[in-house]
Amino acid sequence: MKQKKDVQQGTLALMVLKTLDVLGPLHGYAVARRIEQISGDLLSVNQGTLYPVLLRLEQEGAIASDWAASENNRRARFYRLTRTGRKLLGAEKREWEQTASIVARFFEVKAEDLA
Amino acid sequence: MRALRRLVARFRNFATARRGDERLREEMDQHLAMQTEENIRSGMTPVEARRQARLKCGGAESIREDYHAEEGLPLLENLIHDTRFTLRILRRSPGFTIVVILTLALAIGACTAIFSAVNPILFEPLPYPHANRILTIWSTFGGVRSRLAFGNWRELVERNHSFEALAVYEPWQPVLLGGAQPVRLNGQKVSASYLRVLGIEPWLGRDFLPAEDRFNGPAVAILSYRLWQQKFGGERGIIGAAVTLDGDRYTLIGVMPVGFENVLSSQADIWAPLDYNVQAAATNFESGEWGNHLYMVGRARPGVSREAALRDLDTIAANRIAQFPRPPHAALQHGLIVDSLKADITRGVRPALLAVMGAVLLVLLMAGVNVTNLQLARGAQRQSEFAMRVALGAGRMRLVRQLVTESLLLAGLGGAVGVAIAAAGVRMLVAMSPSGLPRIQAIHLSGEAFFFALILTTLVGVVTGLVPALSASREELRASAQPNSARSTRSDSWTRRTLVVTEMALALVLLAGAGLLLRSMERLLAVDPGFNPSGLLTIQIKTSGHEFDDTSTAPSGGSDARRRFFQQVFDAVRRVPGVTAAGLTTNLPLTDDAIIYGIYGARFESGPSNVGTDVFRYVVSPGYCEAMQIPLRRGRFLSKLDGDDAPSVVLISESLAKSQFPGQDPIGKRVHVGPMNRPWYTVVGVVGDVKQNSLVTDEPDAVYLTAGQSWFADDTMSVVVRERGDALALAPAVENAIWSVDKNQALVRVATADQLMAADQATRRFVLMLFEAFALVALALAATGIYGVLAGSVAERTREIGVRSALGASRRDILGLVLGKGMRLAAIGAALGLGAAAVSSSALVSLLFGVSRLDPLTYLSVTALLLVVAAAACAIPAARAVAVDPMQALRSE
Repeated sequence: MKQKKDVQQGTLALMVLKTLDVLGPLHGYAVARRIEQISGDLLSVNQGTLYPVLLRLEQEGAIASDWAASENNRRARFYRLTRTGRKLLGAEKREWEQTASIVARFFEVKAEDLA
Repeated sequence: MRALRRLVARFRNFATARRGDERLREEMDQHLAMQTEENIRSGMTPVEARRQARLKCGGAESIREDYHAEEGLPLLENLIHDTRFTLRILRRSPGFTIVVILTLALAIGACTAIFSAVNPILFEPLPYPHANRILTIWSTFGGVRSRLAFGNWRELVERNHSFEALAVYEPWQPVLLGGAQPVRLNGQKVSASYLRVLGIEPWLGRDFLPAEDRFNGPAVAILSYRLWQQKFGGERGIIGAAVTLDGDRYTLIGVMPVGFENVLSSQADIWAPLDYNVQAAATNFESGEWGNHLYMVGRARPGVSREAALRDLDTIAANRIAQFPRPPHAALQHGLIVDSLKADITRGVRPALLAVMGAVLLVLLMAGVNVTNLQLARGAQRQSEFAMRVALGAGRMRLVRQLVTESLLLAGLGGAVGVAIAAAGVRMLVAMSPSGLPRIQAIHLSGEAFFFALILTTLVGVVTGLVPALSASREELRASAQPNSARSTRSDSWTRRTLVVTEMALALVLLAGAGLLLRSMERLLAVDPGFNPSGLLTIQIKTSGHEFDDTSTAPSGGSDARRRFFQQVFDAVRRVPGVTAAGLTTNLPLTDDAIIYGIYGARFESGPSNVGTDVFRYVVSPGYCEAMQIPLRRGRFLSKLDGDDAPSVVLISESLAKSQFPGQDPIGKRVHVGPMNRPWYTVVGVVGDVKQNSLVTDEPDAVYLTAGQSWFADDTMSVVVRERGDALALAPAVENAIWSVDKNQALVRVATADQLMAADQATRRFVLMLFEAFALVALALAATGIYGVLAGSVAERTREIGVRSALGASRRDILGLVLGKGMRLAAIGAALGLGAAAVSSSALVSLLFGVSRLDPLTYLSVTALLLVVAAAACAIPAARAVAVDPMQALRSE
């Protein structure tokens, strides 16, 4: 089995928000599994890091949660994105894209470009 | 904004104690269940599926902690949690808790008490505005401080450039008439500038005016708040009223503020202007204006340092000008001494206070070491608990925090009890403080002292908490998850052994100090004062009233009245039933009487004509030496036949006889004492030397003469009365006998000779008592410290000891093993302590008497004492080791 990376600090919140944005309300386990799937099983999300992040996002008002029945009729807590969360996601997305494009430029740079 | 919203949510959670615990547990359970299901779907066996799920999910404890960290206010919550946990832990080991709290309480209490007493004396600024600008000025002779003459003051006031105000004062003890009995007040005669120098104004009425500072000026007086309350009922109307002091009418012009502290004369309750004659100072060198009996104190101008003021005054002293002639005995040819007021008043007690403070800090250090040691020992016992908590997911920092919380709580409790002890200690210190201690009224359990105690408590708490916490977390705790593992705590026991050695060394330093002081006290008590102090009552009387004044119309009327009065007192006192012998003297041995009034030059006929020798002049009644039981070495005592019309005779002290007439008979030799223009005194007897002002000083040269043959009549004399049994019991009868002669004469000092001797040694006794107490505490701490380490090591090595005895080690071997280990530590500590004591004893030098600071006997005996106590403390764990049953020890693991 190949070594899986733990999620980088700070990026997990963004992944949670995007996952909820795309897939609608999900419970904690589903959020974890979806993130792992989307990453092509390159990432491993354990509950020790996930639940504190969910709690923090909820405290910030970016997500809300309620108890509901899960797909196989278990009681599970479902998290959904709020309007604040959507705005937050937009902002974070722009920020992330900016950061990514800056980093990308650095990787593409060649010596003659700077001559 | 988001951060704020989170904070509000956290606070709400904290305040409402709402916990997501339930919710988290449920979510985690669900998570685990879903993971397990998924694992099964992917083909695992149910058992393996569950195991993998658990592995992936991580430690439940640490998830909870992380979750909590997001949820509430973790710092505060942890603190409360830790505190609750600590209280539970401490309740479970009450012995440890009580020992630690008591140790800390004693040390912090003693430290706070001593600091409370020392702080106002040595460290706090004096209670005057810009107190650092107040300087005392002394004349000097051979390095010794001596007082100045009125004439000197006038010259310095006129010529100096350094002082805003320069004041002189002298003690004054007027008798206040008008009550049921005459009252002797303590006061000061001052120049008008005195209160300006201190920077304090009267609270009621006004200060002295410069115009009142003159010969035969208006008689005005200022009262202390205390006297105003006690004798004048706190009546505001007394300003402008008149009182009779020593037969004179004085107008009251002011009352000092309630908190006014007069450090130059703390007992003074009344102030009046000096009454010196400027004209006389300019014309007559023999007048009182040139007597060296004034104390001088000045307020320097802003920005003028002590050194600059000294240079200024020394320049004046060295350059005489015609306007201010000086007589030879007040010529200032040796310059002046300028000292800060604070340094001046603490000069005598500073070494004693610093020594006591050093001692108490040592005690605190030892207490800290001891508590650290106890914590370490407990830490060793709690290894498995810590290991368990680490295994359950507690972080290392969390563990350290828990231990620090524990020790802070212990230190806090110790500090609280300690402050209570300090409050009692301060009261005790004030009650037993020697009379020479300045600013005694300012001593109280102060805010600073409390703050000091708090800081100490916190420091001790953090240090004692951190040492075991660090040494516990330094090790790989997981390794000791199984209890009672054979893994030895090497670095731990090394730390603990070092601490025990430190304790032994510190204890030895304190013991050596106490030992040296104790030996000094023994030596002092063995000093022969030169007279027999037991059963001796003394009462000092100073005449008061105009009938004792010499006037221009009756130039010797007052002198005759004084002589007559003291003769009548002598006769009356001798008749009191129970009195076996009585006498009168101008100076009482073991008091400062002789230094203040009694030193004169004596010149023997046989010696060089221009050199005299300083002697104490005792004017005594016939029978004085007999009453004091001062031994007669040669010739005869003075008798009542040696009156004013008989040939002038003196007794001289043994040492004076030896130094002036080595190998000769001094009887019949002639001497001048005081003025040269008087008939020679003929030596008729030699008496034993007497300790004049203190047991520790040797100034034995003295002459004794009768009142009738003295060149002036003293106004102050002491009655000495010998009786059988308790000397104080007869005091009322003797006082009544004196008052039967003149009820308007107040008694200045009533004391037995034993009390005078005790007062003479008061500072030493004070320091000795404190050192003894601290040394005892130190000994106890050292004993418990070494006991603790050995007991711990025996407990840890039970198995090893069992193996040894199973393999044939005798009881003696086991005993030797444990005792040897303990005594090796004790010996190393004692050796280090000896070195430290030898160095630190230099701080005690001024308190020692008759014993070297390196006195080998003292060092030897305190070392022996320490080792014996250490051996006794080691004996208990050694006995326990011997009692180890090898079979049981081997089976127990």
